[in-house]
Amino acid sequence: MDSSCLLASLHGSDTLLFADMQHRDPMLQKRDEFEDMLEERRNSSDLRYALRCYTPVLYKGVTPCTAGALKNMVLQSAQIHFVIGQVSNETGRAVDDVQEEASAILEEMAHSLQLSTVRFFAFTLSKVFKTLFRSICVNEEGIQRLQQAIQEHPVVLLPSHRSYMDFLLMSYILYTYDLALPVIAAGMDFMGMKFVGEMLRMSGAFFIRRSFGGDKLYWAVFSEYVKTMLKNGFAPVEFFLEGTRSRTSKSLTPKLGLLNIAMDPFLKGEVFDVHLVPVSISYERILEEALYARELLGVPKPKESTSGLFKARKVLSEDYGSIHVYFGQPVSVRRLSQGKVDRGQFNLTPRHIPKRPSEEIHSFVNDSAYGLVRAQEENMVLKPWVLLASLLLQNHHGDQASGRARGMALDELTEQAVWLRDLSRQYGAFLHWPDHVPPPEVVSSSLSLHRGLVTITEGRVQLASEQAGGPAGPGEPPPVGPEEELLRQAVTVLSCVSYRNQALHVFLRPALLASAVHAASSSSGKQEIFNSFSFLRNMFSNEFILCPGATVQDFEEACFLLVKTGALQVSQQEVVVTERGHRTLAFLTSVLDPFLQGYQVVCRFLSEEANEALTEKQFVPTVRKFIIKRLLAGRLRYTEVLSSDLQKNALAALLRLGAVRKIKGAEPGTLKVNKVMVHSLEDALGGNLPTQKPAAVARL
Amino acid sequence: MSCLNFNVSHVLSQLNLCQYLPFHRQEIMKWNGWGYSDSRFLFNKKGQAEFTGKRYKLSGMIIPGLKEWFEGTFGANLQHKSPPILNSSAVRPPTLNEAFVEELKSTGVPFSHDAEDRVFRAYGHCVHEIFALREGRIGRVPDLVVWPNCHNDVVKIVELACKHNVCLIPYGGGTSVSSALECPSEETRSIVSLDTSQMNRILWIDEKNLTAHVEAGIVGQDLERLLNESGYCTGHEPDSMEFSSLGGWVATRASGMKKNIYGNIEDLVVHIKMVTPRGVIEKSCQGPRMSTGPDVHHFILGSEGTLGVVTEVTMKIRPMPEYQKYGSVVFPNFEQGVACLREVAKQVTPDFYLIFSSGHALKPQVSSIFTSFLDGLKKIYITKFKGFDPNRLCVATLLFEGNREKVLQHEKQVYDIAAKFGGLAAGEDNGQRGYMLTFVIAYLRDLGMDYYVMGESFETSVPWDRVLDICQNVKARIVHECKERGVQFTPLSTCRVTQTYDAGACVYFYFGFNYRGLSDPVHVYEQVEHAAREEILANGGSLSHHHGVGKLRKEWMSETVSNVGIGMLKSVKDYVDPNNIFGNRNLF
Repeated sequence: MDSSCLLASLHGSDTLLFADMQHRDPMLQKRDEFEDMLEERRNSSDLRYALRCYTPVLYKGVTPCTAGALKNMVLQSAQIHFVIGQVSNETGRAVDDVQEEASAILEEMAHSLQLSTVRFFAFTLSKVFKTLFRSICVNEEGIQRLQQAIQEHPVVLLPSHRSYMDFLLMSYILYTYDLALPVIAAGMDFMGMKFVGEMLRMSGAFFIRRSFGGDKLYWAVFSEYVKTMLKNGFAPVEFFLEGTRSRTSKSLTPKLGLLNIAMDPFLKGEVFDVHLVPVSISYERILEEALYARELLGVPKPKESTSGLFKARKVLSEDYGSIHVYFGQPVSVRRLSQGKVDRGQFNLTPRHIPKRPSEEIHSFVNDSAYGLVRAQEENMVLKPWVLLASLLLQNHHGDQASGRARGMALDELTEQAVWLRDLSRQYGAFLHWPDHVPPPEVVSSSLSLHRGLVTITEGRVQLASEQAGGPAGPGEPPPVGPEEELLRQAVTVLSCVSYRNQALHVFLRPALLASAVHAASSSSGKQEIFNSFSFLRNMFSNEFILCPGATVQDFEEACFLLVKTGALQVSQQEVVVTERGHRTLAFLTSVLDPFLQGYQVVCRFLSEEANEALTEKQFVPTVRKFIIKRLLAGRLRYTEVLSSDLQKNALAALLRLGAVRKIKGAEPGTLKVNKVMVHSLEDALGGNLPTQKPAAVARL
Repeated sequence: MSCLNFNVSHVLSQLNLCQYLPFHRQEIMKWNGWGYSDSRFLFNKKGQAEFTGKRYKLSGMIIPGLKEWFEGTFGANLQHKSPPILNSSAVRPPTLNEAFVEELKSTGVPFSHDAEDRVFRAYGHCVHEIFALREGRIGRVPDLVVWPNCHNDVVKIVELACKHNVCLIPYGGGTSVSSALECPSEETRSIVSLDTSQMNRILWIDEKNLTAHVEAGIVGQDLERLLNESGYCTGHEPDSMEFSSLGGWVATRASGMKKNIYGNIEDLVVHIKMVTPRGVIEKSCQGPRMSTGPDVHHFILGSEGTLGVVTEVTMKIRPMPEYQKYGSVVFPNFEQGVACLREVAKQVTPDFYLIFSSGHALKPQVSSIFTSFLDGLKKIYITKFKGFDPNRLCVATLLFEGNREKVLQHEKQVYDIAAKFGGLAAGEDNGQRGYMLTFVIAYLRDLGMDYYVMGESFETSVPWDRVLDICQNVKARIVHECKERGVQFTPLSTCRVTQTYDAGACVYFYFGFNYRGLSDPVHVYEQVEHAAREEILANGGSLSHHHGVGKLRKEWMSETVSNVGIGMLKSVKDYVDPNNIFGNRNLF
């Protein structure tokens, strides 16, 4: 196996981007207080609120621009002119014809923000939110920083994406605080819902096709549209770095297209700066919880349709707890790029001629994107349930292994939860655990909010065996076979997993270290453990948000945390687990274990079952079948491995590492498996982590 | 002044007759500020701003708006003065190369190692140089000043310098703003300042070819005055032309405000003679253009005193314009002003070249700095009736010259274009005032320094499509950097477009700030200017349009001209001056 390519990402030395991300004690992190914005809505007229005077301050006092004027500016821009000419030249089509097409693309794309629609939403959403949620908590200091930023610089809002609710919620909040309403990049799939699509358009959404590959004209219109709005400061631009809703509650690998466009006006000197504001939206209960689980298990997601949305009316009668929205520190692109990008590279070609971003810019945007997603993660509010879900899942798997389903005694769960609470706080988690309430009450109220996912019998808690997955309504025939039974159980497990995943970013680095220590023989030195750590980190870099090139830094952070909490002793040469450290390390290794096993199963599948004709498209269904078989045979205990997200990530990692290659076979996307390499990776994941220093690898 | 020999006083008496620069410039000029000693801004006992002396149109006048502008812009207070500390005794004694001095004496070329003469030639006019002088802090200065009287004197001096390994620093008008005159601190040899001011004759005028052969030490105003006496002009009018010299223009690639007609210095020279340690370089004929390999003039133009001393130059001349007309246009904002200039450059320039011989001059400049000088009536008219925002409007000043008919035709053309961009004609007076200010504006900085205000201007050249962006970003960067560095008052950060070309423009930035409360204001100033220059380069601006590189900007030279470019320059230096006799260490 070519190990130098495995660890190639180690070469980059420093990806420190954000002042507040520097290596320091995460416990010292300062975070703002929250205010519940629904409280006022419960005490005053929604109608008056929806109709109140709305006078947001804009960037340097620009006058707002009508949607029509904006379209004209875009169509008359030098870039569009250039690309139209180019397309016309290349295709032999008449300029007018191409012009027409550009205009049509813009028509399909553009928002048509109207205050009346916003007011309509302000009114209806007030009603809906009050029914669904106990509270919507917002950090008002963050709002003030945002207000300041909007006045001084073009602003990009980057919310996390866990629910359809996200962007309506964002606009609702900005409207409430009298801030300029954002224009939001939305996926074209919304357009399927005719009425809703138009409503969203009128509330500021603009629509982009999911894929437009090499369509130059489309790209030009799209990027010019975004840039025009941004650099003139007509409105904050909002988009989701993760590209789509995360079905697992893990942050997704950021997409770079829009971020590239958003940074472009700064890099080309068209504006003095652009401020990026990461926003973390945490839901105590996700509306789409069971939907996501089923989707991951291969039940195709219901096509977005208006009627579908309203069928979800059952949703309205449930309690979804609270939402926390944290507006992070605005990040200056100017500051971010200092010493990383030479803006002079745009000096030699006219700026309106589209150019592929240079290697330097690409890696700058990529690093920034990772940094921003981590900034989102850091300010995600975790509820006690997230810890409970982690513990219950670990227990569930333990039960599964021993073959007896006993669950956990409530007081044991409480004791462990308190222990985990303290640990996660030491790791810098943004945990909202009500300290003035006795822990048993915290636990029981958390369990009751998620009663669909757990059952409590005789003082023992365990994961519900039949739940959300099947609408276990009347007339539903009882489960017919072990496979259905398994899938039904899996819905509950994956729902719980999605809550556990919310805390993954807190434990990830220590867990990677713990696994590396766990796999090491007792005589391993620090360098060997680092090598194992790098291997794991590299293996999982499609699975988790791990900033490219920050291996040493992540290792040091993990060491720092484990040493600080007394779990490890690390000297120049050695890493030793302390007496009290065993509990922590056991917990941490269990956090990572499902992923380790999952990736191993995928490797096993590829080396055992993959034939010449396996295509990327068939990969998920066939690997799923393979996994189901192994689960039923008791050779695998983690039901969550059924998640197509994990399977796809594993494949992406193997492709990245070169263990699998896509070849142009009979079918497009045929997978060619390097069985030797896949086997050795499986072996490594199974506990024989490579400790040898691969050639040309960063040393500590 | 014991070492000055007989010749000096002899020449001095001649000088006084013809108003040339004297040997001891400190007798009529400030040694720690700009220009003539008798001319300066001050606030009189009534608190009114006044310009002293008799030399300028503004001299002896009260300037009503200046105090408000000064206090309003910088937060300066007339109660808080920061007068210069006069302490010229801090000059270290000269390091003389005795053998050189002995042989120099025998040549009869006048020289001096008087402290005042040496200090005067140790500095240019960068803000840090003037600030240090005002504080009485004096670093390394030349050890000797020598005044050659002609080309042959220079040949003798350079030969002696080579023979005795003495460092030579040519000194012309002393108006450098690039730290070009600063003595390198690492220089251990004796440093001799070669003052060209006595080489100030027009040697001949050739009316058939319209050229003049001139000694390179002549300063701009003398050259123009002497040519005017014969009915000619060069049309080269840099803002510093009162003091800067022909040799200095050649050595820095100077640009004048009328360049749209007459051209920049590289367009104006026909023949250059330079003395180098290798010998004299000059072309063999006065052909107007040659295809003889790379133009060797371009090794000299912009060499900044690193290769030798320019001694004589043949320059194009033209008959004095028969008619001149000033004008000005007010625009609602800078953006529209720039758009208009771009259009004028597009439409009028080609036409302009066709009528080149008729000598039309057009010199528009967009500025927002002079708005306070608009007279009250006009201000009310513009702001109240036309809806201009007084904080955003900007003025373009114009100068047309040439034959009357063509001037009027051009004037109409320009005003028509201006109207399309929302420009309003604002009269000849404002135009003329704009030009007058060009010469006195440098005096303003000294006034500022009396009251804790430090200011400087710097320039760049940039393609048209970048003009607005670079202005916006550099101005914002200056404000941003000041804030970061604890400057308490919002700085003055403004700009103007001073030259237009087919493919771009020259932009000037003005930066001034109140430095009360700062322990090391010069350091703050330097950091901000450094950041501003980085911003300029990042926004597609050049390292310099005409100020030159000197030592102030040389850190950016290799990224500006590439490593190969630097290598080319170095290999020329290595051949021409292997022992670094011209050791001012400018450029690279």
